[in-house]
Amino acid sequence: MTRPGVRFSAVLWGLAGLVLLAVLWEGYKAVGPVTGVQFFGQSILPKTDDRSMPHLVDMVTRALQPVNSAVGSPPVWVSVIGAALNSLGVAAVGWVAGSVVGFLLALLMQRLRVAERAVLPWLILSQTVPLIALAPVIVAWGGKIQIGAFSWDRWMSVAVIASYLAFFPVAVGALRGLQSPDAIHLELMRTYNAGWFKTLLRLRLPASVPYLIPALRLGAASAIVGTVVAEVSTGYKGGIGRMIIEFAQSGTSDPAKAYAPIAGAVILGLVSAGLVALVGLALKRFNRQEAAS
Amino acid sequence: MKHSKRIALGVAAIAASAALALSGCSSSSSTSTATSGNSGNPSVTGGALIPVKLQLQWFTQAQFAGYYAALDQGYFTDEGLDVSIIEGGTDIVPQTQLADGSVDYAVAWVPKALASREQGAGITDVAQIFQKSGTLQVSMAAKNIKTAADLKGKIVGNWGFGNEFEMFAGITKAGLNPATDVQLVQQAFDESGLLDGSIDAAQAETYNEYAQILETTNPATGKLYQPSDLNVIDWNTEGTAMLQDAIWANTDKLKNDTTYQDTTVKFLTAALKGWIYARDNPQKASDIVVAKGSQLGASHQLWQTNEVNKLIWPSSAGIGIVSDAAWKQTVGVAMSAKNLEGSTVITKAPDSDAYTNTYVQKALDALKSQGVDVTGSSFTPLTVTLTEGGK
Repeated sequence: MTRPGVRFSAVLWGLAGLVLLAVLWEGYKAVGPVTGVQFFGQSILPKTDDRSMPHLVDMVTRALQPVNSAVGSPPVWVSVIGAALNSLGVAAVGWVAGSVVGFLLALLMQRLRVAERAVLPWLILSQTVPLIALAPVIVAWGGKIQIGAFSWDRWMSVAVIASYLAFFPVAVGALRGLQSPDAIHLELMRTYNAGWFKTLLRLRLPASVPYLIPALRLGAASAIVGTVVAEVSTGYKGGIGRMIIEFAQSGTSDPAKAYAPIAGAVILGLVSAGLVALVGLALKRFNRQEAAS
Repeated sequence: MKHSKRIALGVAAIAASAALALSGCSSSSSTSTATSGNSGNPSVTGGALIPVKLQLQWFTQAQFAGYYAALDQGYFTDEGLDVSIIEGGTDIVPQTQLADGSVDYAVAWVPKALASREQGAGITDVAQIFQKSGTLQVSMAAKNIKTAADLKGKIVGNWGFGNEFEMFAGITKAGLNPATDVQLVQQAFDESGLLDGSIDAAQAETYNEYAQILETTNPATGKLYQPSDLNVIDWNTEGTAMLQDAIWANTDKLKNDTTYQDTTVKFLTAALKGWIYARDNPQKASDIVVAKGSQLGASHQLWQTNEVNKLIWPSSAGIGIVSDAAWKQTVGVAMSAKNLEGSTVITKAPDSDAYTNTYVQKALDALKSQGVDVTGSSFTPLTVTLTEGGK
């Protein structure tokens, strides 16, 4: 258990980081050149006019105003929260699916040495495929799936892309965790005449937890990134990624508006990490010390 | 005790994420039913509706007002169709979705679709909705850039991705070399480059980006930018315009599938009727689009509906008919205009399957027999007042 004092100072440092970010933004805006800084024709520091870098106050004010002039249009921050929850739901589906697939792959690779040699390079290769190449293919495949009353929805394509990013850290992390028990412990299990499954249950799984938790957290962050990017790329409606690009479209005439969903996406990442931390809390008994992954 | 509490917390966390997952599913499935079956009129055909998917190039906006109006007014169900309008995304190419059978019809610009055809996509233009090009090159009045020839020595923005060929053709036609006589720069989605002076002449669509400039305060006057503060080069008058939004169908199915032929006529009848509704009721059509969840504001959508109407009407031969002259000009520019890499949109003339007026003519005949005005010869555009930020 952490002492309350430590937790308090952690919150304080977190807030200090936010303040620092705000000071940097407004500070650069105040002293930076309006036309930005160019180096051999390449822009290396952004422009500081109100269109490129709106004041933080304007962003907050804009977030409190309605989205548009339509009757009953909710304030920007309310629709951002709605969109963020929608994305969180899709990302959660992707994260769960990706984690299950990743964990099963890790089990397979742990059980069969040959599988590890055969599969691991492909896993690494899979992460080098750019998302923009993948998204249209998944949407095209999904568009053809129709089994009885079940038809493929666009959100499922987004979830598949999220799971595609999420499974990798889980697979690698879980494999390292499953392989982490010392030889001496494995030999002890052998003296008990414990089979592979028993060893897995009593030794390997508990030993994998310190590796698994950070892997799951990484997977959650990847799932959020995957969801946000896939929403833009596939045109799925209702999520935060889509909202970012829609608001950015009016960036010429309403520049402060686009920052609310960006902040929403950041908070979404934090919330997802928090949810995974809750999972970690349940497994705390096995989590002697979290391994750095 | 301690452990069971932790486990309970963990279970709660998993339950919470599962609930979120489920809510994600339910909310999206409810929106999809809303898009497919939100009709005012009950079906008059009585039989089961034929499911049809229409792929758009971009998100919901008034550029597609006619299709949303047809859906909202029940024109599709009147024809016995259950139409789902599928929005585009940054990586969704409508003509590819159509060619590989994911959707039944797609809205796409003619030059881009011709390029896809040349790469093997089996698609046919069955209705040319926009008769004119909506692409402009916008500059501040003080820069005095009124024709393509005036672009000499200027910083000229373009979006790339195949949106640049009208401009290259126009610059070439004006006797300039695009590679040496103008300074070409890649332009972002928005118009900030024009407003902060880093671009002299920026690319803009009449119905979207041009309005965004007019929704911005001019620091010199303290009021919104007025059209008089700006100059535009219109590629329609420069003679290098290319055809834009058209409805594309699957070529193979048009040849071999009689049901699909039949559906195509019904689909076009309803879609054209939707566009006619948008012509006669621009305010209502704009409201329909806003209600469908466009994030851009109401005045912006009304402007967009009105500008899109101007690109369609009047249609002397009837809405949707592919004009031979405009088609030839598009193909000519597509084959001759070279971009900076020296490539053209297409390398050889498209075959005879590239477009057909057969189905749109049948749809127009059906509409005429209902007493609908399909040419819009008396069309007069609105004067839309934009507000700051287009809210």
